[in-house]
Amino acid sequence: MRRILAILMENEPGSLSRIVGLFSQRAFNIESLTVAPTDDASLSRMTIATKGDDKVLEQIVKQVNKLIDVIKITDITDRKHLERELLLIKVAAMSDKSRTEVKRITDIFRGAIVDIGKQIYTIQLTGDADKINAFIETLKNETEIVESVRSGSVGIARGEKALRI
Amino acid sequence: MTTELFTGAEMVVKSLSALNVKYIFGYPGGSVLDIYDAIFQQDEIEHILVRHEQAATHMADGYARATGEVGVVLATSGPGATNCVTGIATAYMDSIPMVVLSGQVATSLIGNDAFQETDIVGCTRPIIKHSFNCRSLADIPDAISKAFYIASTGRPGPVVVELPKDILVPQNKGTFSINTDVKMRSYNPNIKGHPKQIKKAVSTIKSAKRLVIYSGGGIVLSDASHLLTELVETLKAPITNTLMGLGGISGTHDNFIGMLGMHGSLEANKAMANADVILALGARFDDRVTNNVEKFCPNATIIHVDIDPTSISKTINAHIPVVGLVDVVIKQMLDELNSTGFTPDESVLAPWWQQINLWRNVKSFSYKQDKNEKIKPQRVVEAMYKITNGEAYMASDVGQHQMFAAQYYPFKKPRQWINSGGAGTMGFGLPAAMGVKLAFPDKHVICITGDGSIQMNIQELSTCMQYNLPVVIVALNNRSLGMVRQWQDMVYDGRHASSYMESLPDFTKLAESYGHVGIKIDTLSELDSKLEEAFSIKDRLVFVDVLVDEKEHVYPMHIRTGAIDDMWLSKGVKA
Repeated sequence: MRRILAILMENEPGSLSRIVGLFSQRAFNIESLTVAPTDDASLSRMTIATKGDDKVLEQIVKQVNKLIDVIKITDITDRKHLERELLLIKVAAMSDKSRTEVKRITDIFRGAIVDIGKQIYTIQLTGDADKINAFIETLKNETEIVESVRSGSVGIARGEKALRI
Repeated sequence: MTTELFTGAEMVVKSLSALNVKYIFGYPGGSVLDIYDAIFQQDEIEHILVRHEQAATHMADGYARATGEVGVVLATSGPGATNCVTGIATAYMDSIPMVVLSGQVATSLIGNDAFQETDIVGCTRPIIKHSFNCRSLADIPDAISKAFYIASTGRPGPVVVELPKDILVPQNKGTFSINTDVKMRSYNPNIKGHPKQIKKAVSTIKSAKRLVIYSGGGIVLSDASHLLTELVETLKAPITNTLMGLGGISGTHDNFIGMLGMHGSLEANKAMANADVILALGARFDDRVTNNVEKFCPNATIIHVDIDPTSISKTINAHIPVVGLVDVVIKQMLDELNSTGFTPDESVLAPWWQQINLWRNVKSFSYKQDKNEKIKPQRVVEAMYKITNGEAYMASDVGQHQMFAAQYYPFKKPRQWINSGGAGTMGFGLPAAMGVKLAFPDKHVICITGDGSIQMNIQELSTCMQYNLPVVIVALNNRSLGMVRQWQDMVYDGRHASSYMESLPDFTKLAESYGHVGIKIDTLSELDSKLEEAFSIKDRLVFVDVLVDEKEHVYPMHIRTGAIDDMWLSKGVKA
């Protein structure tokens, strides 16, 4: 099943390659991976969305933890958590009808049209992977998708619990 | 007051000195010439010049395995560094503490495909415990100090330190200080086993009817041999060792039932298959141990003690996992046994030992040697055992000879048996033996090898001459790649694809040309006397070329896809 892993690691050159290399070396799946420095610039926070059975997941968590640069890893899937992804998508907006419809759909999904060209709308949307998939599917029925980019999921546990050193 | 300034190269040497390094194994080249110049101007650390960088890694590895210290390698950038890759992988697979200092092109050239540039940190990423890219003078002492700490603690392993040329040169100087008391927020290996898990494990052991202790290389690495022996004697339990764990308990101990696994003893594999509790200590259920995991010991409760959590429940699910240093955990178990008043129940032990002795009586390590036949390889190993009283260090190459040595030379102590178990690296034996000999010049050090393996690092005969390393090389020469040939006999209907060596040199003459002694043995009647002669020569390297029966197979042997105790006992005979 799909799991969301939150990783806190040293912000060192090569840290990312160690994680990515580990996943490829051991044939683990990566659906998406996002990484950036945290409020403490010496640390990087990574979110990995992956798939696997319990045995594989156990190995992923242990193997990632074994990397010297990794400080903490937690699987936040089963606890209350927030998951967000950012979508930027360019769609054809040729006719009045399609512009109106695209605007309506965007409003319903609480997205925002952030740029317009002569015949193009660029829309921004945040949400979990399901919501973004649903939005893209809905747009597809209405107009042509010209280009899209997704950030991959970032995740954080709800409430008091925090992943820090 | 003026502060003394040092070059990066000097800092490398000073750092190694501060960490009590005695030997560096290496080969010079453009990017590390400054380090060589710094080594030349001091006499605390001796540099051993090999003939190929792969041998430097194996030599450092052999030294580390025999002494427990960190083996240190120095290689230049590009091909020098890539030649180390096999040796690094070998050390990684067997958890050997090693630090590899690799040169690199100047930082301004990195990424430009400069002369002798290779991304060695990238190349070695899957086969190291960690690596460091030094990019300034100030990085050097810290990286080396951390490299040693990481290599030697927790589950040991190789660490690569990349040193670009421009931070080593005389034009660049800085102040030197090193902190050898390393603390890292991201790396804190477990030491003690969780008390709850210890209690659980001990109570399971106490109620066991058919307990087997299965111990591996972790016992050797953590010098837990005495504690293990105490535990075995307290429990009066049978114990089997993995290939890496041999010597963890004396091979002559009454409770030792032999090596287990693919070429293990029948009694060891049978005991495992019939156990109700398996206590795994510093072993990792390697596929050469388990055979088919689906059929692995279905009735056993498995207690798995390992320093590395990833080893636990990786291939075989552990019912009671214990993460910790194996010596510390055994001590905790002994304390728990003592404090809860344990005495072994003879009425439970007797039938179990009776059963084991029935399996023992099959004598699965046996062979037939007729007087007029070619020499059997097993017979050579037995002869060596007698001559050296079972006390020699034995470094092995990889193949049939390795298995015969493991089966027919019961090692009395840990660190006596030096072999590439996980990686199975041919060419390991000679340089590893050299590393051992360097550490223990007064001990018998044997390199057991074959006509295939020895040729993978035979150039080191020259290094042996230069540094006076009189190891005894015993080649079980069967004019073929024996283990490959055995598989071809058993699995490929005897089609011997590329398993012949039809252009072998005369190894004795080859050894002589390097300045060593060569002894050839090709009849049984002269085997013992000539071997004795070889071992009586203490001050020169002796290459003993023993022509053995090329048709001999290693038995017992796992039947593929079977359970751990599904074995061939000899050609066509199943257990």
